Amino acid sequence: MRQGKYTILKNEALTAQVWRMELAGDTEGIRPGQFVDIRLPELFLRRPISVCNAEEGVLTIIYKVVGKGTDLMRTLTAGTELDLLTCLGNGYDLSQAGEKPLLLGGGVGVPPLYMLAKELCREGKRPVVVLGFNTAAEIFYAEELAALGCEVRVTTADGSAGQKGFVTDALPAEYTYFYACGPLPMLRAIERSCTSDGEMSYEERMGCGFGVCVGCTVKTIAGYKRVCKDGPVFKVKEVINE
Amino acid sequence: MADNRLEITLSGVRLDNPVIPASGTFGFGQEMAEAYDINCLGSLSFKGTTREARYGNPLPRIAECGSYGMINAVGLQNPGVEKVIEHELPELRRIFRKPIVANISGFSIEDYQYACALLDKEEQVEILEVNISCPNVHNGGMAFGTSPEAAAEVTRAVKAVTTKPVYMKLSPNVTDIVAIAKACEEAGADGLCLINTMLGMRIDIRRKKPIIANRYGGYSGPGIFPIALRMVNQVARATKLPIIGCGGVGTAEDVVEMMMAGATAVEVGAANLVNPTACKDIIDALPRVLDEIGVERLEDIIGVVNKD
Ligand SMILES: Cc1cc2nc3c(=O)[nH]c(=O)nc-3n(C[C@H](O)[C@H](O)[C@H](O)COP(=O)(O)OP(=O)(O)OC[C@H]3O[C@@H](n4cnc5c(N)ncnc54)[C@H](O)[C@@H]3O)c2cc1C
Ligand SMILES: Cc1cc2nc3c(=O)[nH]c(=O)nc-3n(C[C@H](O)[C@H](O)[C@H](O)COP(=O)(O)O)c2cc1C
Ligand code: FES
Repeated sequence: MRQGKYTILKNEALTAQVWRMELAGDTEGIRPGQFVDIRLPELFLRRPISVCNAEEGVLTIIYKVVGKGTDLMRTLTAGTELDLLTCLGNGYDLSQAGEKPLLLGGGVGVPPLYMLAKELCREGKRPVVVLGFNTAAEIFYAEELAALGCEVRVTTADGSAGQKGFVTDALPAEYTYFYACGPLPMLRAIERSCTSDGEMSYEERMGCGFGVCVGCTVKTIAGYKRVCKDGPVFKVKEVINE
Repeated sequence: MADNRLEITLSGVRLDNPVIPASGTFGFGQEMAEAYDINCLGSLSFKGTTREARYGNPLPRIAECGSYGMINAVGLQNPGVEKVIEHELPELRRIFRKPIVANISGFSIEDYQYACALLDKEEQVEILEVNISCPNVHNGGMAFGTSPEAAAEVTRAVKAVTTKPVYMKLSPNVTDIVAIAKACEEAGADGLCLINTMLGMRIDIRRKKPIIANRYGGYSGPGIFPIALRMVNQVARATKLPIIGCGGVGTAEDVVEMMMAGATAVEVGAANLVNPTACKDIIDALPRVLDEIGVERLEDIIGVVNKD
């Protein structure tokens, strides 16, 4: 865990509900799959948001406006200073990837895959990325991921763009390992459909975000684990589905 | 390093300052030690432990209450008192040299006795804080803290198995906290800690369901500070016992206010969750606040509002 002040460089809409914020501040040691916890004025708890990218003092996050905190974030302008906890959570295990890893993202589960894909491409891997959205208007980051050199497939539930269906309807024939982030029903479907070993990132309501309150504990095959500290990334079938 | 202006004594236990992280908001110190050297604390109250290991309540067990605080329904997740003694306390000892407050919960009188008797043998544990006020478990916890007779019974039972100072941690979810406090005093308690969380609720209006899976949970944070302060003051005026004041404390000024109401030491809870360095920041700010109000030693202000 680290705590620091970050200054907003840019805050812009990617779709009707999804925004991207770039912040200047310490990005040392931030790994793909980790998250930050953002203190906001007039709200008691911090808001956990995945790291989309962290490079040379610029931190990028992508968030969907769903409630009070994210609605407030949308209104913040360049120059605003925010108090962040960073380097939170375990992050993805890149050593497992193999030559052709599969990255699966649904909705605002897509952002953390960007930094992961970037690092994997840098290591010379050839990731295939499958993104799932409800409809064409909600698609974001397909081009950015393709620009990294990944093969990108898009699915929409209503068929308005890419393949009609869910990420599990567009899986490649072969892949060495998978990484997934998205809503729980998507993670469950992936658990049933994927043929390789893999890992998935979970979300839970958090008190602290750094392991002290045990507000976020899930049952796993290896005992109780905190999503914020021992996760948010867990191996496939590690978390016991209740 | 210790600034003796801040020193206080709780039942013979000398603390460098009155600031103690409240049980359940500091784990067993390890994660917080990543943020700062926790040896600046007066003491530390670790996550409540019980006879058996517990998972606690189903998720979600956290809800926000705007800027006023939060609700938790963790339900005493802990590895059980034996594991705490075997693993957590030795690990804590490696990073923390100060006296420890052991927070204990139970579901029967025997449970309380069992855990207290074991923790009595731990040298670094200098105070037993007996939680009879957890709102998040059924048939236990708060049930003992809402009747003077039951509170007295737990007090007597625990006193029988330990020579360490016993502090009973009281629930605010009662009509007359003074009656409970007096019952504990008469039963031999060495001190009191108050308050635990207040029973609360939030509803997700879109899903039309309670946010907390367990429906209700314990409300804490800045919103409960005035209530905690009032209760500390009522109890301070009605008993002779030293009090650890707790509830909504987030600044050095809050600590001073709690002590003026009658607390000898102060616990900081939910504030740790949003600002990991909350306790350190408070301790660092205390001398300046004392200067501002023209007070030399913090100890001198304990219960000042009750002296007339
Ligand atoms: C590890 C992690 C990574 C995340 N990454 C992203 C991301 O990259 N982009 C993104 O858009 N969202 C992400 N989320 C979800 C995001 O935290 C919530 O959407 C956000 O907290 C909602 O805040 P709010 O004030 O707008 O909503 P409100 O409903 O007003 O929030 C009330 C409370 O509930 C909590 N809460 C509400 N929904 C969620 C949720 N789904 N998960 C956890 N807590 C919630 C809030 O943090 C707050 O404490 C992530 C969550 C976690 C746990
Ligand atoms: C997440 C959380 C867990 C808690 N767990 C315990 C516990 O195990 N034992 C206990 O006596 N009190 C527990 N409490 C209560 C606190 O110690 C404290 O009494 C209460 O939160 C009021 O203080 P605050 O307003 O500063 O948070 C917990 C509180 C929170 C927020
Ligand atoms: S949110 Fe506090 S332990 Fe995970």
